[in-house]
Amino acid sequence: MSVSEMFITLQGVLTADQDIREEIRKVVQTLEQTAREILTVLQGVHQGSGFQDIPKKCLKAREHFCTVKTQLASLKIKFPADQYYRFHEHWRFVLQRLVFLAAFVVYLETETLVTREAVTEILGIEADRERGFHLDIEDYLSGVLTLASELSRLAVNSVTAGDYSRPLRISAFINELDSGFRLLNLKNDSLRKRYDGLKYDVKKIEEVVYDLSIRGLNKEATGGAGGKK
Amino acid sequence: MSGKEGTGGFRKRKHDHFPHGYRREEKDSTNSSSVILAFRSFQQELDTRHDKYERLVKLSRDITIESKRTIFLLHRITSAPNGEEILTESETKLDIVRQKIKQVAQELMGEDMYQYHRAISPGLQEYVEAVSFQYFIKTRSLISIEEINRQLIFTEEYKDEETKVSSDCLDKQHHTWILKVSPVDYLLGVADLTGELMRMCINSVGNGDIDTPFELSQFLRQIYDGFSYIGNTGPYEVSKKLYTLKQSLAKVENACYTLKVRGSEIPKHMLADVFASKTEIIDPEDGLS
Repeated sequence: MSVSEMFITLQGVLTADQDIREEIRKVVQTLEQTAREILTVLQGVHQGSGFQDIPKKCLKAREHFCTVKTQLASLKIKFPADQYYRFHEHWRFVLQRLVFLAAFVVYLETETLVTREAVTEILGIEADRERGFHLDIEDYLSGVLTLASELSRLAVNSVTAGDYSRPLRISAFINELDSGFRLLNLKNDSLRKRYDGLKYDVKKIEEVVYDLSIRGLNKEATGGAGGKK
Repeated sequence: MSGKEGTGGFRKRKHDHFPHGYRREEKDSTNSSSVILAFRSFQQELDTRHDKYERLVKLSRDITIESKRTIFLLHRITSAPNGEEILTESETKLDIVRQKIKQVAQELMGEDMYQYHRAISPGLQEYVEAVSFQYFIKTRSLISIEEINRQLIFTEEYKDEETKVSSDCLDKQHHTWILKVSPVDYLLGVADLTGELMRMCINSVGNGDIDTPFELSQFLRQIYDGFSYIGNTGPYEVSKKLYTLKQSLAKVENACYTLKVRGSEIPKHMLADVFASKTEIIDPEDGLS
């Protein structure tokens, strides 16, 4: 094969590659749009009046997740299944955001940390790599870290709205998350950088809890539990 | 700083004020709570992944070093009379490299190659450079990506004792590992090859070899045309190499020009002096690659 023939073949390969990336970008754009809509719905909880109808907002968000499911399903068929990591960068950001949103919904509903399997179920993707389009563990953890900073914000706003018990529950939750992340040996990468931010969220919530405690406001919220002091 | 002290004091006081029963209960449950259990498994998963990555980086380094040595060895061919000997030696060296690549292939067995691509890409590029350089010296043509990949299929049989268990699974005893060089890695390796060819060209002029430079400039021009054809279709790294490639080509073309113009008037044994000044300018730049 002559040199020019070789380069013509290679050029064909590269062009095909670019076409795939173009297709992926298009789908990812629609995904980002849906993610923004879900975020807007959920942002309502920070408003004073929003605390009453959290279940309603969660339901609405869950409806949007159905759209996400179909969009992710169409993303799946845009590239060969065994080349997930080749194009990973294209959807990494939006997937992390979706994990955050799913985790936020689940937290608001049940006040627990969403499991990786549950996220994949909400998003309509696979749990492990062997079976196709899956959720990378680092993306899952990144999403969870975003949840932590969102919850520290929620703690502040719930005090403003007069809900004094929520910060205590959030504090317990975040502390558990923190000790969970302490178990991980993170490399010096983007996940580690985001993990470094977790301590500020922990601190922020501890401050809120402190403010409530010093004023005795948590006693009325938790009832007898605080009475020992 | 007062701010820091404040935080410390705040921490202490917080402990006092925190409802004791609440705190204790939480502590007991953290050791075995579902969240902690989940993170234990994450820890394991991440550690396995990072370990594999590190092993691959190490292999990639070894591949790079050994490939570089092969290239240095091959450069000696321009001045040495025993060309065949050097070629055989380079072949054994490349076999060692391929053994390393086999280990890479074994590590990547059942994995998504692109997940660890960043770890092994530098080594693979260097290998492409070495193997294509050797191929060029042997055949004066460009090795194709298919040819490279064909050499990276490894089959291995288990020892006889194990195969005796049953003759049916004889097929299964043949383990095959395949590593495919991606088109981009191939292109980047070939781009690096041009730098080596440029050096080879200058070296051969220094040795009074008049034919090789023209051959090389012809070949380099073909590759340059190829890269121009790809242009910016490829990723960013490829277009970045295009600039260096242009410089290499210019050097070789200038060398040919000088040979043509002055070759007739300068005696052969003095040609080396004419190019001695040129190589000095080129060498430091080349050391970067």
